[in-house]
Amino acid sequence: METLPFDRWPDAQGHFGPYGGKFAPETLMHPLQELEHAYLEVKQDGAFQAELNRLLREYSGRPTPLFRAERLSQHLGGATVYLKREDLNHTGAHKINNCLGQALLAQRMGKRRIIAETGAGQHGVATATACALLGLECEVYMGEEDMRRQELNVFRMRLLGATVHGVASGSKTLKDAINEAIRDWVTNVRHTYYLLGSVLSSHPYPMMVRDFQAVIGREAREQIVEREGRLPDTLVACVGGGSNAIGLFYAFLNDSSVAMIGVEAGGRGPALGNHAARFSGGKPGILQGTYSYVLQTDEGQIANTHSVSAGLDYASVGPEHAYLHDVGRIRYCSVDDHEALEAFHLLSRTEGIIPALESAHAVAEAVRQAPKLGRNHLMIVNLSGRGDKDVQTVAARQD
Amino acid sequence: MNRIPEKFAQLKRQNRKAFIPYITLGDPSLEASFEIVLELCRAGADIVELGIPFSDPLADGPVIQRATERALQRGFTLRSGLKTVAKLREHTEVPFLLFSYYNPLFAYGFEQLAQDAKASGIDGVLITDLSVEEAAAPVSVLQHAALDSVFLAAPTSTDDRIEKIARYSSGFIYAVSRTGVTGAQKSISDEVGPLVGRIRRHSGLPVAVGFGISEPSHVAAVWELADGAVVGSALVRCIEENRANPHLAQKVGEFTRWLRGGV
Repeated sequence: METLPFDRWPDAQGHFGPYGGKFAPETLMHPLQELEHAYLEVKQDGAFQAELNRLLREYSGRPTPLFRAERLSQHLGGATVYLKREDLNHTGAHKINNCLGQALLAQRMGKRRIIAETGAGQHGVATATACALLGLECEVYMGEEDMRRQELNVFRMRLLGATVHGVASGSKTLKDAINEAIRDWVTNVRHTYYLLGSVLSSHPYPMMVRDFQAVIGREAREQIVEREGRLPDTLVACVGGGSNAIGLFYAFLNDSSVAMIGVEAGGRGPALGNHAARFSGGKPGILQGTYSYVLQTDEGQIANTHSVSAGLDYASVGPEHAYLHDVGRIRYCSVDDHEALEAFHLLSRTEGIIPALESAHAVAEAVRQAPKLGRNHLMIVNLSGRGDKDVQTVAARQD
Repeated sequence: MNRIPEKFAQLKRQNRKAFIPYITLGDPSLEASFEIVLELCRAGADIVELGIPFSDPLADGPVIQRATERALQRGFTLRSGLKTVAKLREHTEVPFLLFSYYNPLFAYGFEQLAQDAKASGIDGVLITDLSVEEAAAPVSVLQHAALDSVFLAAPTSTDDRIEKIARYSSGFIYAVSRTGVTGAQKSISDEVGPLVGRIRRHSGLPVAVGFGISEPSHVAAVWELADGAVVGSALVRCIEENRANPHLAQKVGEFTRWLRGGV
């Protein structure tokens, strides 16, 4: 197999090592090629990039701060923990970085109708926001179980003018929402743009979404060097599809001194169906357009997943993560519902920052690792989203 | 010669077109599928497509989604499905095309699957989410096992893609009648004729048309344009509606004869 520096993937066919590629119905194959061409064009287009950067700055509020979490670090008694404050983006999560980029691309391609899937609702809200900003029609598919546990985000999407379609099939979560979004796309492909929210599905999505999220790591790198005069020692991020994680990690992939930890949802425990820890519980397979690690039965049927956090509750993971896992560049671990909830409370009390339950998984791994390390160990945790959307879930679990 | 090309050659000699029903294997049970397939053969099926249930059938509409759920709830396994195929092979020489998403075949072990499928009496394999871009290795496995590999061509396929599809296909090429998921339609899309024409420019293989064909007039219209008509969702709906009927297979047979314009 071809060997490339870590940050040079995918190859021209959309593969990250053996992973990724294009596994889509034939009807979508030419549209995927068109999308790839259009994306590669705007990637080199100064005017497009300038417009995107202007929106990221003036509309979303970038750069987001890199915050030194003094009280959390003191409490843990070890490493110095920094938080990359993606929660301070407009709409409250990193998702807007990708949505602004893709919505501008859709506009450039002359597609007026945007569809999207959403799990926790953050991507749906960010898509609805970008569509409102650019005057595009927006329809979002969301599992009924996720609509129930993320009611606030459903309301926000509707306020923003989007139509939200509940999906009642399967486990009624993210995977089922993606199936339904793909069914819509395959039907209306000629005039519809599918604004996918993570580093998943067929090429070029994993590459394109990563590129739009890589702003997180580029900023963090500059910010930590300015503040500490050197690179960080460890990066930590939660991994659902994996867009916030690859967004933070990407700028550091070739820096061998920087360790990286991806945190999956350990859910209720290690039995299949109770978690979304693809690397410990899954095996390579093909789901929803890409070849990656997949939670599945021996028969190749996709397993149900569980996490307290809707955004991590998915049976597969971005193919670039699968590759970086296999070559050992990133270590992946899991944090269960209980540990994530404890971290949710801890960060709220020590720093006055209520994290999204997704991001709380990354905080929980920092809680495990930091005490074993010295004060001069610099750890950056990606605080990918804010927790307002989760307060009802957390309150219900305290009753 | 394999059963699929042999069948098309025979039909050509007789100046006839192929009628190709699809069923989801294991819906409502493997025993029922066994009876249904034999009845389909008696009712004039030229090739039978056997759908492998998959938990996430993203190219299928609601009818086949429900069939898939029923089969999986009944505990369908690929191994048990192939056993049923082997039993059917004792009774009929009608060609069988395995119709599946990639993951269940991949999880089985694709080379093993190809060997076991061939041994059980399968003649060809169509994988809905296997693009020609990813097809080189799996197609050589299928060729090695002497199985035909059927690919889909869609109205959105460029000539460039159709040329690649033709190169990887054997047995026949499956033309998707319209953009969209599987499911019955009121009429046949205007896109079918031009698509079949474009396929013919790149391949001498027979062309069968599917997606949305649900009435005798649709079958007849497709037969004017192409070499075969595939009926999926309409037949699966007939199975769904009659699944508690003790004469299920007979009902499916009657429906099939009606579709073919016989009765």
